[in-house]
Parts: sequence; C-alpha cells; structure tokens
Amino acid sequence: MSWAALLALGAAAYAMKAAGPLVVGRRTLRPDLVRVLELVPVPLLAALILVQTFDDGRRLVIDARVPALVVAGVLVWRRAPFIVVVLAAAGTAALLRAA
Amino acid sequence: MRQRLNDPVTRAAVAIALAAGTYAISYGVLAVDAGLSVAQTCVMSLLVFTGASQFAVVGVLGAGGGTLAALAPALILAARNGLYGLSLTPILRGRFAVRALESHFVIDETTAMARAQDTPGEARRAFLTTGVLLFVCWNIGTLIGALLGSGIGDPKSLGLDAMFPAAFLALLVPQLDRPGARLAAICGGVVAVVLVPFVPAGVPILAAVLGVIPAMRVLRETAQATP
Repeated sequence: MSWAALLALGAAAYAMKAAGPLVVGRRTLRPDLVRVLELVPVPLLAALILVQTFDDGRRLVIDARVPALVVAGVLVWRRAPFIVVVLAAAGTAALLRAA
Repeated sequence: MRQRLNDPVTRAAVAIALAAGTYAISYGVLAVDAGLSVAQTCVMSLLVFTGASQFAVVGVLGAGGGTLAALAPALILAARNGLYGLSLTPILRGRFAVRALESHFVIDETTAMARAQDTPGEARRAFLTTGVLLFVCWNIGTLIGALLGSGIGDPKSLGLDAMFPAAFLALLVPQLDRPGARLAAICGGVVAVVLVPFVPAGVPILAAVLGVIPAMRVLRETAQATP
C-alpha cells in the first residue's frame, strides 16, 4: 500500500468523524432534533452487538460468542460491574473454545 | 490515582482501552504480514484510528487484494463514525481547534461510553477519558504487534472478541429506558441481522440507523406529554 493511499484513508476517516462536530459546531439545535440525534447510537450499538456476535464474514453463525453474550446479558441484568461483565464474557468464550 | 480508579467511568474506560490495545497487537501483526512497513502500520493506527476499517484494509491486502479493493470496505466501515459524530455534537461544543482534535476520538467505544452517561458533563468526561486511553493503548499495541510479527497467539483463544459485544451491551442497556430507545434498538438490530448475508461489511450497522424512524413517533408523543 502506498503512503498516498494510506494518508487518503486517514483523511477520509477523519473527515467522516469530524463532519458533525465541525459543521454543526456550537450552533444550538432544536431540542427535538437533539433528541433524535442522541437516539442514533442506540440502534447502531444494538446492531454492532449482534453483528459482532453472529457475523462470520457475511454469514450468520452460532459459536462461542453467543453463550458469552448470554452470560454478559445475565450479568448486566443483575447489575454486575462493567469489568465483571466483560471478563466473564471473555472467560466464557475462551473456556468453550479450549474445551 | 486510587480515587480515579474507583470511579466507574474510568474503570470501564481502562478495561475497554486494554481490550482494544490487545486487539491492536493482532492488527499490527496482520498489517506487517500483509506487506505494510512498521511505519505504515503505526501511522495507520495514529491517523485512521478506527479498528474495523484498519482490520478490513489489512485483511484485503493480506488476501492479495489491491489498494482500491482495500479502501472501499474500510470507508464503508468508517462511515458510521459520521453518524456518531453528529450524535455527539451536543457534547462537543468547544472551540474549533478543540473540536477538531476531539473529533479524532469519535468511534464505537467512545460514543457508547458517552451515551451511557446521564448528564452532558459526564458524557463529555466519559468520551474524553475513553478516547485518550484507547488512543494510547491502540497505538502501543500496534507498535508491539508490528515489531513482534507473527507467532503471537490468536486473541480469540482468550475470548477477546467476545469482550466487545459484552462491553457494548453493558453500555447500551442503561440507554434503553430513554424514550423510543427500545424500539430503535430492536428495529436497528433486526435491520442489521437481516442484511448481513446480502451486503458488504459495515452496511448492516450503517443501515441500523433506520431504527430511529419508528422511534421518532415515540419521541414526539413523549414531547407532547411533557411540554
């Protein structure tokens, strides 16, 4: 990969991240628009969780990640600390793969 | 320092940053294997700083694909950061130069941490703490991986790939009590899962933004109920 392509990718990735904060800036948005914008990450995070759990290169599969997510879900529901949730999920997947 | 580590936001940020740093080691290994120099590998982590895109680039190059074939999926994967950036504008309101710098930290992890907080002040602190720690760990991990090269264990054997959905779940759940959030989450999740087999990587998560549309009615009704 050439340096030019690498720098172009860096510039494009940055432009996407910065478009909102730099263009909208300090303008005060209508409260109803703010509520919609603040809701945007919710469906994206839900999608991210599912894709990171079930996706295997454009195929949906069920592997050790699924029980790991179930364990995490139970712990979140029981209000376990964040670090416990994350480590329990990793431990579940690691144990199942070692078995 | 001890007081800092007793704070849940800092602890969560440290956990996420360490997990990401470990993943960055495997990115560094794959990048060098795919033919990037150590310098290119590290500059990509510094400048691109969005994991999914970086893994996509080195994945395509490693499989023998050309530069254009590598850049297209990376850009699609990076596009969701644009939506995150928009949604974070209420807490990124500093001077232009400050916003320009903070924008570099707009990724999945920092957005999830920010939106899991209840006040704009806490959201901003969570965003910045996660952003700085993750940036440092991501780049150190990259350098380690690029220098060590192959021979490092697969992060999957440690279950590290299962950490990220667990972390995002822990950060999503507190947001679900907000008006419209449950409906948006369900619709977004369904859209993404249905699309996975049919569209390129990155598109399912981008398309999940459609989940906001059915939730807008709930938002309107809530706004009318509490003027």
